[in-house]
Amino acid sequence: MSDTHAETVAFVRDTMLEQKSPPVTLIGPIGWARANLFSGPFNTIVSVISVLFVAWVLSLILPWVFSPTWNALSLSECREIVGGGHGGACWGVIRERWLQLVFGFYPQELYWRPILTFVLLLAALAPVLFTGVPKKMLWLSAAFPFLGAWLLWGGTVWMPLAAAFGFVLGFLVIRYASALTGPLIGLILGVAAALLWWAFLAVPVANDLGRLIPLGLESVTSREFGGFMLSITIGVTAIGVSLPLGIVLALGRQSDLFIVKSLCVGFIEFIRGVPLITLLFVASTLLNIFLPPGTTFDIILRVMIMVTLFAAAYMAEVVRGGLAALPKGQYEAADALGLDYWKAQRLIIMPQALKISIPGIVSTFIGVFKDTTLVSIIGLLDPLGLSNAIRADSAWNGIVWEIYGFIALMFFVFCFSMSRYSMFLERKLQTGHH
Amino acid sequence: MTTVPDTPQGSFRLSMLIYDTRYRSMTIQIIALIGFLLLVGWLINNTLYNLATLGKPIDFGFLSEPAGYDINQRLIEYNSQSSHWRASVVGLLNTLLVAVLGCITATVIGVVVGVLRLSPNWLVARIMTVYVEIFRNVPVLLWIVFTMAILIETLPAPSAFRGDDPASTLKLFDSMAFTNRGFYIPEPLFTRGLGDISVGGAFNISLNLIAFLVVFVGSLLIARRVSRKADAVQEQTGLRPRTWPQRLAIIILPSTALLIALGFYLGLPELKGFNFGGGIYMRNSLIALWLALSLYTAAFIAEIVRAGILAISKGQTEAAAALGIKPRRVMSLVILPQALRVIIPPLISQYLNLTKNSSLAIAVGYMDLTGTLMGITLNQTGRELETVLMGMLVYLTISLIISVVMNWYNESVKLRER
Repeated sequence: MSDTHAETVAFVRDTMLEQKSPPVTLIGPIGWARANLFSGPFNTIVSVISVLFVAWVLSLILPWVFSPTWNALSLSECREIVGGGHGGACWGVIRERWLQLVFGFYPQELYWRPILTFVLLLAALAPVLFTGVPKKMLWLSAAFPFLGAWLLWGGTVWMPLAAAFGFVLGFLVIRYASALTGPLIGLILGVAAALLWWAFLAVPVANDLGRLIPLGLESVTSREFGGFMLSITIGVTAIGVSLPLGIVLALGRQSDLFIVKSLCVGFIEFIRGVPLITLLFVASTLLNIFLPPGTTFDIILRVMIMVTLFAAAYMAEVVRGGLAALPKGQYEAADALGLDYWKAQRLIIMPQALKISIPGIVSTFIGVFKDTTLVSIIGLLDPLGLSNAIRADSAWNGIVWEIYGFIALMFFVFCFSMSRYSMFLERKLQTGHH
Repeated sequence: MTTVPDTPQGSFRLSMLIYDTRYRSMTIQIIALIGFLLLVGWLINNTLYNLATLGKPIDFGFLSEPAGYDINQRLIEYNSQSSHWRASVVGLLNTLLVAVLGCITATVIGVVVGVLRLSPNWLVARIMTVYVEIFRNVPVLLWIVFTMAILIETLPAPSAFRGDDPASTLKLFDSMAFTNRGFYIPEPLFTRGLGDISVGGAFNISLNLIAFLVVFVGSLLIARRVSRKADAVQEQTGLRPRTWPQRLAIIILPSTALLIALGFYLGLPELKGFNFGGGIYMRNSLIALWLALSLYTAAFIAEIVRAGILAISKGQTEAAAALGIKPRRVMSLVILPQALRVIIPPLISQYLNLTKNSSLAIAVGYMDLTGTLMGITLNQTGRELETVLMGMLVYLTISLIISVVMNWYNESVKLRER
């Protein structure tokens, strides 16, 4: 029966058609270009103008960058090679002076010390920044501030050890006194013990030990510091110290205690209201007036303190933003669990608040690192300060773009990688559902 | 037999200062206050002692002494016989000048770049990303000295404009000269000017400028009333009368009439001897600082604008389209007004940053407050404490004023819910 019926229909397809690929103009590079560059007459014109603009910029920069002057020994030699005018860059200056731009006037035979410090810095940062690293390395992170300072400045090994011992002492006192007298008194005693140690005992003890067992490195004065080493030293110190300080200030600003709050607000608003350069003037000219007569301490240390305070005020505002963005329910939930203030902060509030403020924190870091160039104004020889010295050299007199370009490139690499890391961290800590 | 009564419940014991939450906060605060006061007292004590040893008691008398140095870029009359106080005021005005100029250009560039970063055109968006990343990741001080170097190295010297067949010519209809010493731009002059008015004998303000501003602002206000009336008509009838020719005329005609009445003309820069005369002379240092600060801050503003626009949900665009608003007006009528609420607070802090960064003028020799009061005056008088504290106070005041004004504006554009 079905046979006869089948003949009433001319053709019945019993298999699916092969899927056709989309038209060439919609996929691949062509489709992409049509969608993103030539989607309309206006867009097309804009694209063409942009291409011309990029080509023009590159035609200016590329021939200049690729000039065969790597081995030149002076600007006039460069000019001979490229044939006069401003036709090409003079890279000889970078080849000859890059060590100076990186290390300043640090003694050449001791270069291994800053290099080792930098390597140790990376190793100390690794367990803080990435999760795949063994946690035991955190001990290195804790020891690094003292180790790094000792390696850079040299001198007796007992000084950093004495400084570190202050922390150990404070910790021990807090631990054992708390058991006897309760946490608050224990804390006060511990802090007092550490401060007394640093103020009165640390230096004599370190000196005596140094006489007994003279163990140390050749010391290097701060005047010999310079270049990117100086920028990184100041930047890393300020970044490392300003985060905890900023958190404390932010908590102070958010607290219910009126006097503590007003002190924190006053400090933060004052520091944020004045330019960093005025604080550096304070460091270079006024600090010795504020301190007891006869106190002299290192200009780099003074600058570090000021940059740190400056960064801490900004950090406090960033962290406060994170605290304010946290729903009130989180605070109430912590209270409901019966956690006291510090436990609630440590276990519930801070992990979330800091996560929210990662972009702000990292951009503050970047800002601090960039602001280390300001120390050239008060006469320290950071890369920018050194560039003036190099330009004053008779062999390189008249050179401009190569040095600035090199410095800019180095800063760009550091800052750009920091901002990329913050994006990575944000993605890693992303726990919301989107 | 005697009994020792127990301490009655609820009476105060000393340990309650620490263990009772009612008193503990008080204890902590008083300890903090005492610590703070001790610190301040210690610092002040040290300072007084040190100053006494140095033989320099705090004294602001140096402000009235003649400064003895020249300031080449200035807004008010000044010569080397003027006092340090006047030098500081010149510096402050220079700071404000570059800050205001910088804020305006940075906003314009920043908004344009921020909007273009969201352009559907891939190439344009990428170019803008490159601009933003390059400027954000390199220190502003480097940009300032770099811009200064560009101006000095690439522009022609004034001598290049001389001779019958000069190497360089004036730009823009012979009205502007860009030289490696600075820019010469046309100067507004009046044949029948009203002269200047002296404010307290300290400086002069041009009456022409005041008259022009009064007329211009007045006509703006009238134009706004016309626009309001059109709004009222639209509310009642649903049809909006065409008012823009009327408003344009109200804004332009009175100002033009005033300018003609005052005999307005442009004083063009002319080559006189080895240099240019006439016109307004903007020094290299001002231009470099202005350009570098604008471009640097604009990169940050661009990111703020972009974030602000992205914060507005897509539904708003779609709703605007559904209401029949033309695509090209969606941005100005729907997106930007809402994005503004997100944009304004960080924008304020960028303005503050720009103002504070203008203190880097000292790197290119622009005589701002840092260069005069905290620079040469400090070095000449040796009064570190007074000058640096005064400088900090001035910057603090400027910052607070900008914050207050901008917070007030922020309040006025805030979303009003019920």
